Amino acid sequence: MSVLVDRSTRVVVQGITGREGAFHAARCKEYGTQVVGGVTPGKGGSTHEGFAVWNTVAEAVATEGANCALIFVPPAAAADAIMEAAAAGVPLVICITEGIPVADMVRAKHFVGGTKSRLIGPNCPGVITPGQAKVGIMPGHIHKAGDVGVLSRSGTLTYEVVGQLSARDIGQSSCVGIGGDPVNGTSFVDVLRLFNDDPGTRAIMMIGEIGGTAEEEAAAFIKSSVKKPVVGFICGQTAPPGRRMGHAGAIIAGGKGTAAEKMKALQDSGVTVVKSPADMGATVATVIGK
Amino acid sequence: MKIHEYQAKALLREFGVAVPRGDVADTPAAAREIAQRLGGKVVVKAQVHAGGRGKGGGIKLADTPSAAEQAAGQILGMMLKTPQTPPEGIKVRKVLVEEASAIERELYLSITLDRARSTHVVMASQAGGMDIEEVAAKTPDRILREWTHPGLGLGDFQARRLAFGLGLAGDQLKQAVPLIRNLFAVYLARDCSLVEINPLVVTQDGRVFALDAKLNFDDNALYRHKEVAELRDLHEEDPLDVEASKYGLNYIKLDGNVGCMVNGAGLAMATMDIVKLAGGEPANFLDVGGGASPEQIENAFRILSSDPSVKAVFINVFGGILRVDRLAEGIIGAVKKLGLTLPVVLRAEGTNVEQGKKMLADSGLALTMASDMADGAKKAVAFAKGQKA
Repeated sequence: MSVLVDRSTRVVVQGITGREGAFHAARCKEYGTQVVGGVTPGKGGSTHEGFAVWNTVAEAVATEGANCALIFVPPAAAADAIMEAAAAGVPLVICITEGIPVADMVRAKHFVGGTKSRLIGPNCPGVITPGQAKVGIMPGHIHKAGDVGVLSRSGTLTYEVVGQLSARDIGQSSCVGIGGDPVNGTSFVDVLRLFNDDPGTRAIMMIGEIGGTAEEEAAAFIKSSVKKPVVGFICGQTAPPGRRMGHAGAIIAGGKGTAAEKMKALQDSGVTVVKSPADMGATVATVIGK
Repeated sequence: MKIHEYQAKALLREFGVAVPRGDVADTPAAAREIAQRLGGKVVVKAQVHAGGRGKGGGIKLADTPSAAEQAAGQILGMMLKTPQTPPEGIKVRKVLVEEASAIERELYLSITLDRARSTHVVMASQAGGMDIEEVAAKTPDRILREWTHPGLGLGDFQARRLAFGLGLAGDQLKQAVPLIRNLFAVYLARDCSLVEINPLVVTQDGRVFALDAKLNFDDNALYRHKEVAELRDLHEEDPLDVEASKYGLNYIKLDGNVGCMVNGAGLAMATMDIVKLAGGEPANFLDVGGGASPEQIENAFRILSSDPSVKAVFINVFGGILRVDRLAEGIIGAVKKLGLTLPVVLRAEGTNVEQGKKMLADSGLALTMASDMADGAKKAVAFAKGQKA
């Protein structure tokens, strides 16, 4: 069992003729994901490195039954690409693109909210269900099928925890990167709800970071609704206030959004909070009795 | 990106937001001329990217043009120290000379993103001229909020609600409503991340205008605002930050002595955390990004080692898009060009890791390999303290 993506996921890659899009479409396909083709406006009807190319997402849905869009479109056009996928009725839209203007995302998120689509990201590594489907840029080989759900705002830090888990022979049900931008589609709470309802997920590893209040909202939801053990880590414990730590969303502003506050909120909700990023895997092992 | 007050006010004027009459000067003589032109009392304000200028001696009143010249002479070239500047202060290169007004009320107005609601929020308060964060913490009911519609923007009724909430009526209300509307227009049109007017004033002769103005911009949107990007003042930024941004690197200088080079923002923050947990202090945040090229790695290494406080370097990479062999290529290139004077600890995992490690081993470089994050941090901290790892 898993959340969001599995063997039945049929992926259309928006921006497939770009360097990143073409490279990762091929890696996803190699992993076993059903990549049905891609979209680049103006290049419809051609093939690119073995993939069919359409002008619009709607064509990919009509001809191949695409049910997931993976977006590598450059920042200036990415919000529009998100809206195109949602308008075409694609149920799951995963946007990898980093650097989308905030005002564009405010509009795009509102637009997606008026459709039945779910948006993951932007500025995220994507979603993987080990052994079934990889829809994103994460290195597939570090993952292992299992029953720990992983969710995170960060990309490489997710790889770090997955590496630690797999090294202990602890597999993952699904790993979901929700992205490091201040406005994103799917929140921690949304993914926690999915993992909580997924019979294939036994425990949850959540990685947050400084900035915003998403972790505090997650803590409240965990306290009220999550029945499974949750292990949490917050990065940025040493970050100075007022400086944006890489991710547009990772900034301690007005004394709010500190790691200490977030760790306390999680702890108070019964989450096992890990202080050192080196201990994430070991802590999950202890919590699930492995 | 941040800009100066005088630049912010020019932009506000362009969008029809009332600001005091004034102009910018970079010599005392020019300040005198402006004061002469304005007539009457003026204020001379240091132009630096930091708040709290008044207390640091960066804002002076002048009754006459020659007093304005004298005030500008004192402020220009000074190292202005405020709680928001580095301890040594920031050198003042420009002053804004403005008409002084008799103020009756000081109000507060700002616009920014509300992350929790995923839309923009306009905030107003009657407690202007004060530290607004303190007001928000102690008396949250003194701050009014209007969330804009993500697609349609700010409604006139919302602007009116804010103006009424500020206790404005009659002619002041008629001035404030378009001011709020125009302020939102500039925020949206120029992709601001923050517009803050503190204070917004009502003068004794009944005028409403922005006495101070702070505008920050969304860096991701600068590509579509060339005229805004040109307002960037590199004097106000750390030279190493500026150098790093040239190569698309995310670098923030900190106070410690363990240089960190990491791929990805989250892992970079976690690396700083683990250095601290190992008893050391990170010298920087440095994210080389997901798909760094060997050239970027080389530049990152050069910038990192050019910071004199760095005593050891900890490279922590979990390669996904960034392949470890390309990382190795960059490190070998950098060390060949720059020489290796600092101890370097390397922890690498991920795509093509075996190939990368072999390249580094064959290069003959004196790198210390780490088995994992904790081991790497421990070794780097020991080196920084002058011990053997």
